[in-house]
Amino acid sequence: MTTVTNKADNPIAHLSPEQIEALGAELDAIRAEVLEARGEKDAAYIRKMVDIQRKLELASRATLLVSIFPPAWVAGTVGLSVAKILENMEIGHNVMHGQWDWMRDPKIHSTTWEWDNASTADGWKHSHNEVHHTYTNIVGKDNDLGYGIMRVDEEQRWYPLYLAQPLWNFINACFFEYGIAAYDLELGRNLRTPKEKRSEKFKSDLAKTLKKIRKQATKDYVVNPALALPTGSFLPALAANFTANVVRNLWSHSVIMCGHFPEGVETFELKSIPEKETRGEWYLRQMLGSANISGSKLMHIMTGNLSHQIEHHLFPDLPSSRYAEVAPKVQAVFAKYGLNYHSAPLPQQVYSAWHRVVRLSFPNGWLATTNAKNLPSQLKLLYAMTTADKRKRRVMQRLLESAAAKKEMVKAA
Amino acid sequence: MSLALSAGSLGGVSTTTATSDAGARTGRLRTGFRSLLDAAVTPLSVDDLLDHFAPLRTGAAAGLQGRIVSVHKETADAATLVIKPGRDWAGHIPGQYVRVGIDVDGIRLWRTYSLTHGPRRDGNISITVKAIPGGAVSQHLVREARAGQMVQLAQAEGDFVLTPPVAGRRQKLLLVTAGSGITPVIGMLRNLYSRNEADARAAYDIVLVHSAMKRDEVIFGAELRAHAEAGRLRLVERHTDTDGLLTTADLEAEVPDLAERTAYACGPAGLLDTLEAFYDDRRLTLHTERFRPTVVDLDAEGGTLTFAGASATTVETDGSVPILDAAESAGVLMPSGCRMGICMGCVLPMKSGAVRDLRTGELTVAVPGETHPDGVKIQTCISAAAGDCTLDH
Repeated sequence: MTTVTNKADNPIAHLSPEQIEALGAELDAIRAEVLEARGEKDAAYIRKMVDIQRKLELASRATLLVSIFPPAWVAGTVGLSVAKILENMEIGHNVMHGQWDWMRDPKIHSTTWEWDNASTADGWKHSHNEVHHTYTNIVGKDNDLGYGIMRVDEEQRWYPLYLAQPLWNFINACFFEYGIAAYDLELGRNLRTPKEKRSEKFKSDLAKTLKKIRKQATKDYVVNPALALPTGSFLPALAANFTANVVRNLWSHSVIMCGHFPEGVETFELKSIPEKETRGEWYLRQMLGSANISGSKLMHIMTGNLSHQIEHHLFPDLPSSRYAEVAPKVQAVFAKYGLNYHSAPLPQQVYSAWHRVVRLSFPNGWLATTNAKNLPSQLKLLYAMTTADKRKRRVMQRLLESAAAKKEMVKAA
Repeated sequence: MSLALSAGSLGGVSTTTATSDAGARTGRLRTGFRSLLDAAVTPLSVDDLLDHFAPLRTGAAAGLQGRIVSVHKETADAATLVIKPGRDWAGHIPGQYVRVGIDVDGIRLWRTYSLTHGPRRDGNISITVKAIPGGAVSQHLVREARAGQMVQLAQAEGDFVLTPPVAGRRQKLLLVTAGSGITPVIGMLRNLYSRNEADARAAYDIVLVHSAMKRDEVIFGAELRAHAEAGRLRLVERHTDTDGLLTTADLEAEVPDLAERTAYACGPAGLLDTLEAFYDDRRLTLHTERFRPTVVDLDAEGGTLTFAGASATTVETDGSVPILDAAESAGVLMPSGCRMGICMGCVLPMKSGAVRDLRTGELTVAVPGETHPDGVKIQTCISAAAGDCTLDH
């Protein structure tokens, strides 16, 4: 994976500026069709979804009051996990995008919604809606791309520390909501700044996030278990809440990884983005920088329709319930302009995304040149690279890359 | 009325003092229990959840709502909706109006309607709506609304009400109405004659001049004629198709003792303007009720932006510049984000006026009294002023 402009076979080289603008106009027309059709049915959909989610959560929490009985524990935990996933994905994420603002219902509005997550709605709207959706897949600018802690592109220099990146990624997945809260705050950058130099905004955001985390933890790990105390279900209820949070975290992390991480999804160099990016150019970047998950209607709902990641990135403020119907039209635009529409079932996309995480945790070319037979010598090389000084490591890196390139040429021939 | 109310609450205070300790303890216990439950469902509140089961209860999180109990036709294009209001409904005085928020094609639109009954025994309220050609809400209410649907409500407002009866004196009233302008007046009449008819007859001497397009388009026609036949009022019914528009000369001819009568008028702006000038000339008082105070010019481009909140500034802008850019150039500190209509970081409530979406050309209009009381939220980065606008910021 290399940023688009540094690739030998640049996937957009065949498009003229006029074609890019024409492509933009076609996507605008698809958007206009949905705006025209949007109405009562859509409003009924989101209200029903909120209704189902709240009743499911209430029923699950009620069941957990007697979670000392194993069947109640299982039912309550499954229900609560699903409720939390629905709340975060199909409802919270999409409401905060303003997908339902057109209804003018102050209770389902991007400016008033707060979600069941460690990160605050305001923090999320900044880092996700503003930074990630505007600077999608621009290396160094889009924090979603590795959350600032991972190596997501060949062009990022390899350090031995990256060997731990698969483990890092797994831990981040388990506690994803805190990871999100941390990167909403740009915690890493801010903590490196001396205390007295940190901005007032950071301090107040940090206080708000800590308050939110405290309230969330009090709910899941104190109040709800305490309510289950009379039946002796304190600990089972606590475990159920913890499990539901981890399930939600793992699920949302997987879905989000599938959106931008699978092999073949393009990344961009900041310096290659024009100062005044046109609507067409922006659309094109969104088209190349996202990947879809194919599957059933239920799967789409459980991913908050982020399974239609491409459509979501093109039209982040259209109701999620409309992505499925615009997908074939969008796919036709991809085909017409000779672009690759990435779509695959969930297991395949998760595998692909993890493959990329693992591949990039090693020096460029290492995984490609490794097989069962040469494993011992490859491990020796890896050890040498890990312990070598900067200069030697760079030499070894260059040798490894040329070996990988040779192998690639042999395969091609 | 207000006297009776304050006497009641005084009585309440004295009983509370006697049992203040126990009362305070119960109160504290209840608040404590409530905050415990709220902590169990944060970031929601218990009220948010109860709304899904009992939206009409006291303290609903979504605000005051009502459920449509029945819809019946008054004329070919007018209907009365009987609504069961939530328990927070504070009551009303006949002649007052209520703001109603209804979802039309998924979008919540607010309009104001006169209440067409006095306070009823069953606690329900009613509004009577005439479908205006092209009127999104009125057409919806008359043709699509069904029993069981929910509407948002605000509390009753307005001072278009009768002065309370004075013992031993018969008040002389002149009520001038046209079209759906009859709606606040029918509320007054129903209230008067449904209670103690003898008292009502003794208290008021009423002349009602009502103008409508045709005889069969008179809303509440049969009911008004029945009142007249029973001698409860003198009805002067005018039909524009045969009698022409009601003029002040007609009025003087029909009501010779006009100057002695306390006057109330409700109807189209043209009629009210004429009547106001006529009454001003004679230095007489006229109570009026206007249904549509603001007219939006749909073709306007640009205008004056007024920031009515903490910013307290006005900015002149043209129809091609996003409000965000125009305000920032004028030095207003604005919330902003992606500046391309994606992130909702720049959303501000528009209290009045109209803006045009620069991407689609679509108009969004805020009319005080018609749209949501807190304003309509707009994305300032992709909206340009289409006429004068007031934003809360």
